[in-house]
Amino acid sequence: MTAHGYQEILIAAVAVFVAAFVPFVADGYELSIAVTAMMYIALCTSWALFSGPTHYISLASGAFFGVGGYLVATGMSDFNLSFWLMAAIAPVVALVLAGLIGLATLRLSGVYFVIFTLGLAEMVRNLVSWIQNNFLGSRGLYVLTDFTEAHIYWMLLGIAACVYLFGWLVNRSRLGFALRIIGNDETVARHVGINTASTKVLLFMTTGFFAALVGVVIAPRYSYIEPNQVFSPELSFLVVIMALLGGSGRLWGPIVGVIPFTLIWEFVSIQFPNQTTMFLGLVFLLIVYVLPHGFVGRLEQLNRRLRYRRGD
Amino acid sequence: MSTPVLSVRNVTKRFGGLVAVDNLSFDVAEHQLIGLIGPNGSGKTTMMNLISGALKPTAGSISLLGTRLSDLPPYRITRLGVGRTFQLVRILPTLTVLDNVRAGSVFGHRRHWGRSGEDHAMSMLERVGLADMAGSPVGALTYIDQKRLELARVLAGEPKVLLLDEWLAGLNPTELATGIALIHALRADGRTIIMVEHVMDAIRSLCDRCVVMSSGKKIAEGTPDEVLADREVIRAYLGDDDA
Repeated sequence: MTAHGYQEILIAAVAVFVAAFVPFVADGYELSIAVTAMMYIALCTSWALFSGPTHYISLASGAFFGVGGYLVATGMSDFNLSFWLMAAIAPVVALVLAGLIGLATLRLSGVYFVIFTLGLAEMVRNLVSWIQNNFLGSRGLYVLTDFTEAHIYWMLLGIAACVYLFGWLVNRSRLGFALRIIGNDETVARHVGINTASTKVLLFMTTGFFAALVGVVIAPRYSYIEPNQVFSPELSFLVVIMALLGGSGRLWGPIVGVIPFTLIWEFVSIQFPNQTTMFLGLVFLLIVYVLPHGFVGRLEQLNRRLRYRRGD
Repeated sequence: MSTPVLSVRNVTKRFGGLVAVDNLSFDVAEHQLIGLIGPNGSGKTTMMNLISGALKPTAGSISLLGTRLSDLPPYRITRLGVGRTFQLVRILPTLTVLDNVRAGSVFGHRRHWGRSGEDHAMSMLERVGLADMAGSPVGALTYIDQKRLELARVLAGEPKVLLLDEWLAGLNPTELATGIALIHALRADGRTIIMVEHVMDAIRSLCDRCVVMSSGKKIAEGTPDEVLADREVIRAYLGDDDA
């Protein structure tokens, strides 16, 4: 098991190394798709760290991502602060926000948790818009930096690699084991001695932290930012769908979902710009009816069948 | 009697207007097996839930070796040394048999992690007779094996007090014999156990003492033979005509 664990991280390291060369070979258009994919890889992997084992489906990614993007924008535009300072502050703010949300939602489970996180993300969006419009004067904010698309790509790759390494370490720790037990049966978890509340809040906070960090890095790409745009609820849904499509049972599962989804999404957005929501719905149906455990679940099922046929 | 390991003092639990446990007190001495018995709905499982922390008492106190348990969350109570099984068996469906038991040893009263945790879990599986199944998914287990697995998980936490909530319920006669033998063995190990049970054979052969509950109140306490001959107990179980 230990050898297998190290093999997994070695493959990931090689993948990161190879991925780092993408900006040298890709043209502008391809690179922009790669940036989007890398952004979702980071978001979905960190989402799955919490939601994968616990089955608590969070629709708050958009809120944390928005906090990252918005704080960078308002800091640079309204207060003349540097990008790096805001990049350091924003994830911490999201961390605290996630902690508060976590504490408030502890008693909720199942669909109540889903609805609460969705409502909460909307509330944060409206609150920020309201503050921005009434107290800070400007409607839109500018994020002007010297970053090229390639810089943004490498930063996202760095974040994705950190998330992956973090997830790998968590999975091997007591914390990861505690999360799997919570996902199986929370009553049992409490009665074997797990502090379920702090375990869940802790993981939820890291998800918020990483989502905000991605928001920070993406902000320079937009250059012009409005609260309504960075706090998009669509992003929360896309994260969930891509992660589930790949399968949230394995650390690398979401990546398997993100890559094909981003490519098809790009095609659909260009060819049928008015039908993207319908496409989203179709993918969701596909997950529910055909791939309840994502691509990964299907692959593992096939693998088991093959082994069974060989008589292992 | 030596100093009690667990003492329950004037515990009351109300659910709105219903008094599920009414001013109940009893002590459990070390190495004793106490049976908590009584007709359906008399508040036995509620009492177990109060001890394990799944429910909080409305009044009264429960303490383990002098430490007050009654206001603590279940995970703290488990870490202090109270382990329980559930009335309806609860296992962790996506984990293997061994990992189910490790769940108990990693976070319980005495903690084990890594190799020693695995060895410890394995020895608990041997204790309940499931060692052959260690690598299996839990889907492959029969009902009695699921119950054994749950017991192994609780034992893996090395609790000072073990709560068995109708652990023998729903077993067929052969399984019942196996189950009783297993609890006998635990008793021989000198464990301190509180057992909610309906199976009279098990109560007679296993319990050192019994606390009999009816409508939330304690109506009798003593050796199994004493309490089962008590008029009040017979009335509670069978009604006035037979008393």
